[in-house]
Amino acid sequence: MTGWLQRLGRYTLELLARLGREGLFLLRLLQAQVFLFSRPGLVPPQIHFLGVQSLPIIAVSGFFVGMVLGLQGYVNLVRFGAASSLGALVALSLVRELGPVMAALLYAGRAGSALTAEIGLMKTTEQLAGMEMMAVDPFKRVLAPRFMAGCIAMPLLAGIFTAVGILGGYFVAVEQLGTDSGAFWSQMQAAVEFREDVVNGVVIKSIVFSIVANWIALFEGYDTEPTAEGVGRATTRTVVNTSLAVLALDFVLTAFLFGAK
Amino acid sequence: MRTSKTLELAVGVFVALGLAAFLMLALKVSDITQLRDEQGYAITANFQNIGGLKVSAPVTLAGVRIGRVTGIGIDQQSYEAVVQLTIAPHYDRLPLDTSASVLTAGLLGEQYVGLEPGGSDEYLHNGGKITLTQSALVVEQLVGRFLTSKAGSDDKSKGNDKPK
Repeated sequence: MTGWLQRLGRYTLELLARLGREGLFLLRLLQAQVFLFSRPGLVPPQIHFLGVQSLPIIAVSGFFVGMVLGLQGYVNLVRFGAASSLGALVALSLVRELGPVMAALLYAGRAGSALTAEIGLMKTTEQLAGMEMMAVDPFKRVLAPRFMAGCIAMPLLAGIFTAVGILGGYFVAVEQLGTDSGAFWSQMQAAVEFREDVVNGVVIKSIVFSIVANWIALFEGYDTEPTAEGVGRATTRTVVNTSLAVLALDFVLTAFLFGAK
Repeated sequence: MRTSKTLELAVGVFVALGLAAFLMLALKVSDITQLRDEQGYAITANFQNIGGLKVSAPVTLAGVRIGRVTGIGIDQQSYEAVVQLTIAPHYDRLPLDTSASVLTAGLLGEQYVGLEPGGSDEYLHNGGKITLTQSALVVEQLVGRFLTSKAGSDDKSKGNDKPK
């Protein structure tokens, strides 16, 4: 009985300590951003790694998600004779939800895990400790440029995902199923508001998701147990935690941004 | 740190692509140019019933969109709905006796305000009021009215032996 309670207590304390470390980590990370003004050259290579190399998977997934939306939407809307609303359906679902969320999930799998493994291995091989010995702050030199690059790359990826998805929906709806091209775009333009849908959807959501995804990925790498097994576990935790955080945050954000007024 | 020319080029292309995607979302998908008619002059119209009219619904004249519904309230004295319409500034020649009605786009479409110009020489200005209005058609009332008139005509022709 006491053993069970003690384990619960230990688990709670560990969780709290972890949350505290996570918060302090973000604080130091944000403080270190100032350093990038004096060394902006550190950022582009990371954008290349996190953004440019994620482009193929983002573009291909976006195109397929858009095509599936177009197909499913058509099959269901045509029963009500409302196939002309297909553009509005595809655009609204991508702009409000699927674009930022899918981009964040793919980013966590493609780039977040790689970030964690990279930082985790740096810690395991004591490169981070070595930097500190040479009076080089790893927060400024290693973590800050990656965080900044991730926060630049992910919203752009979300925008590309959404735009490619809409093109995918257009391809299926107009080229394959033969709905009217003019109705597709005009219904979309009538339904999508720039401030309410595009800014609240893709822009704000993807910025929030990018901060969370990069924060978790870098923290898990920095906080990893310095063993081969530890790095593996940290990489798994990054993908799992980022996915959960993104989906939970998406609900909160949707309730705030699109909720009943 | 490897900062070769191809890498910088790839990053540049990536950022340009991302910005182009947002530009497409702004121009092609949400048609941001339509946002500009947010400013303009405001007029009000009182309706008996606005049905399902919502804020930001279009205001049209001869089918052309000239403004938006920017506010919906209620007049505590007359218990009528007060709808504020914002009309784009370059449509400033609406006659004083213009009438407004709440219409529905298609069978299940959204509701909008349709304006019908009158013949007055004077024009509506900021703060003006449309007095001639026609309420939204509410399906229940329509069906109710149809049933009463149907029952009435049945009464006349055959007497009330057949309750419907």
